[in-house]
Amino acid sequence: MLSGIIVNTLVAGVIYAILAIGFSLIFGVAKILNMAHTALYMVAGFIIFIGLQMIGLPLYLCDILAIVLTAILAMICYRLVFDRVKIQTSAVMIISIALAMLFQELLLMQFGAQPRQIPPFIPGYFEFLGSRVTYQHIFSFASFLALICAIWFLMIKTRLGKIIRAVSEDPEVSNLMGINVTRISLITMGISGGLAGFAAVIVVPLFTLHSLMWISPLVTIMAVVVLGGLGSIKGSVIGAFILGFAETAVSMLVPLGSFLSGAVSLTIMILVLIIRPEGLFGVAFEEERL
Amino acid sequence: MGYLYWIYNIIRNEFVAIPGRMIALIFFVSLLLIPAFTGNPYILRIFTLAAIFAIFAASWDVLVGYTGQINLGHALFFGVGAYSVALLNLHFELPAYLSIPLGSIAAVLVGLIIGIPALRLRGFYLALVTLAFPIILTGILFFFADFTGGEQGLTGVHRLALSRTTSYYIIVLTMVFSLLLMYKFTDAGSKWLRVGIILHAIREDEITARSSGINTTWYKLLSFACSGFFAGVAGGLYAVFMRTVGPSTLELSLTFQAILWTIFGGSATIYGAVTGVYILYPLIEFLNLYPVVSEFRFILFALILIFTLLFMPEGLSRWIRDKIEIHCTRCKGINIASRRTCRICSAPLHLAKTEGSER
Repeated sequence: MLSGIIVNTLVAGVIYAILAIGFSLIFGVAKILNMAHTALYMVAGFIIFIGLQMIGLPLYLCDILAIVLTAILAMICYRLVFDRVKIQTSAVMIISIALAMLFQELLLMQFGAQPRQIPPFIPGYFEFLGSRVTYQHIFSFASFLALICAIWFLMIKTRLGKIIRAVSEDPEVSNLMGINVTRISLITMGISGGLAGFAAVIVVPLFTLHSLMWISPLVTIMAVVVLGGLGSIKGSVIGAFILGFAETAVSMLVPLGSFLSGAVSLTIMILVLIIRPEGLFGVAFEEERL
Repeated sequence: MGYLYWIYNIIRNEFVAIPGRMIALIFFVSLLLIPAFTGNPYILRIFTLAAIFAIFAASWDVLVGYTGQINLGHALFFGVGAYSVALLNLHFELPAYLSIPLGSIAAVLVGLIIGIPALRLRGFYLALVTLAFPIILTGILFFFADFTGGEQGLTGVHRLALSRTTSYYIIVLTMVFSLLLMYKFTDAGSKWLRVGIILHAIREDEITARSSGINTTWYKLLSFACSGFFAGVAGGLYAVFMRTVGPSTLELSLTFQAILWTIFGGSATIYGAVTGVYILYPLIEFLNLYPVVSEFRFILFALILIFTLLFMPEGLSRWIRDKIEIHCTRCKGINIASRRTCRICSAPLHLAKTEGSER
């Protein structure tokens, strides 16, 4: 039981963390509340499925394709849609919901409602304290750690990362300093889409693939992002593991708990926010004017 | 005779001269005439539901469009209203005219209970926290399935009226009355009620509003309560009209639909929400009738939405209003755009538009 909770917490945390990082990155830089973020994750999963089952490409090629194509798709969405309405924050949100719906319906039309499976990257499993751990679990976690290091490197050590942080702190001043904010937003959108694709690559083999899979992680990653503090990557990762643990523990320990798991994790989020309104790692913008 | 002339004058000067009001009047009259032209229960059902959703979408607009408190969990109020009406009806046999106000008050109470802690938060934090409440309530509903019916929901609520036409009229009149109340509540130009202008001030710049001596927390709570009340009315009407209440009344998609309708129609205008509902809701239902398009209906829907927002991000009703109405620069009176001079002060209307592009 205990080991089951640990394994499932880690997996849930990995998905939520990667998705939440992408979601909060693009929010920080372009103030886009991208409801289609998890839809991009779903699209990436289906790209892997198409490449693998219909075209017959090897798995690693499908994975790379999924990441690249999702990033390009995100950039296309930004160029064609978000960039034109970005003055109206509410319109941006509605448009992203519409985009998510569009992706969902296109996939539903093409593939129907039945769930699909993708074979794991590395087959096989071993026993760990009485519960089954597949190598895919280990692989997901290891690549997640690698990804976190890569993002840390990108954001802290490179020039691009510095620019991204500058834009998310104050777009107007960075514009005055000669930064092309629109281009940086486009690049960040690409990174965000790529992260959604990466999430699909490492976790989709553990789950089933269907055209409604974007809804349930969406709510949780929003909770994660708020819990950790909007725009904070460290906060997103820690928040993801907290909520991942809460959901897994409730659904495994309490009878009928799977109904309550969402409720409990969101209650945790609300309690944290009542005590600390800017989230765990957010900066307090006490008198900020949006 | 003089009385008739007086009415004629009012209609001529207050309605025919102002295209927006004329459209509203024609819309209201045609709503009343719908049952006379069609006895088709399916069409009547669509328009009844549209009226219910119009109240719901407008109540979202009060809170978000006017006050700027982004609420992504508006279905909470709808669901609380619907469930309390159903429970009151099933357990205490209360008739609709008692249970719907009680249900709305329950929704207001819930709004205040969540509003007080939630108002410590601002902007997107508030948006994402409000998203959580309906989901939490859904979890609780499933957990206490004996009392709330769980996934099946509650069935067998007493009907509102004996015939569909009567309930249509009751619901449409309730809608018009609620919309008028909300419109007056949020009217920024009102002479005797300053709530509207204060809500606008809070949306535009809360800190300035507070430093001008406005108790913004109190007004935000008032806005939460008003919005919750009307969403509760919509939920209660839904319960007695559908005669069954399920967890679908709390779903995220219901909130999203309200947001879609309102933004599509134009936010911070009550009529925008109504426009959005009466265009989009029947559209998607009628598309469903044709098997060829029913498969594509959500794709069509999403595309319509994306293109509308790309080309008129301020919403359909505002876009049209700016095309057909023009404000006189001297006396601020509203004129039809085809006039050359103001109908009140006869100042020229279409001056050369050189400076700025003020709306």
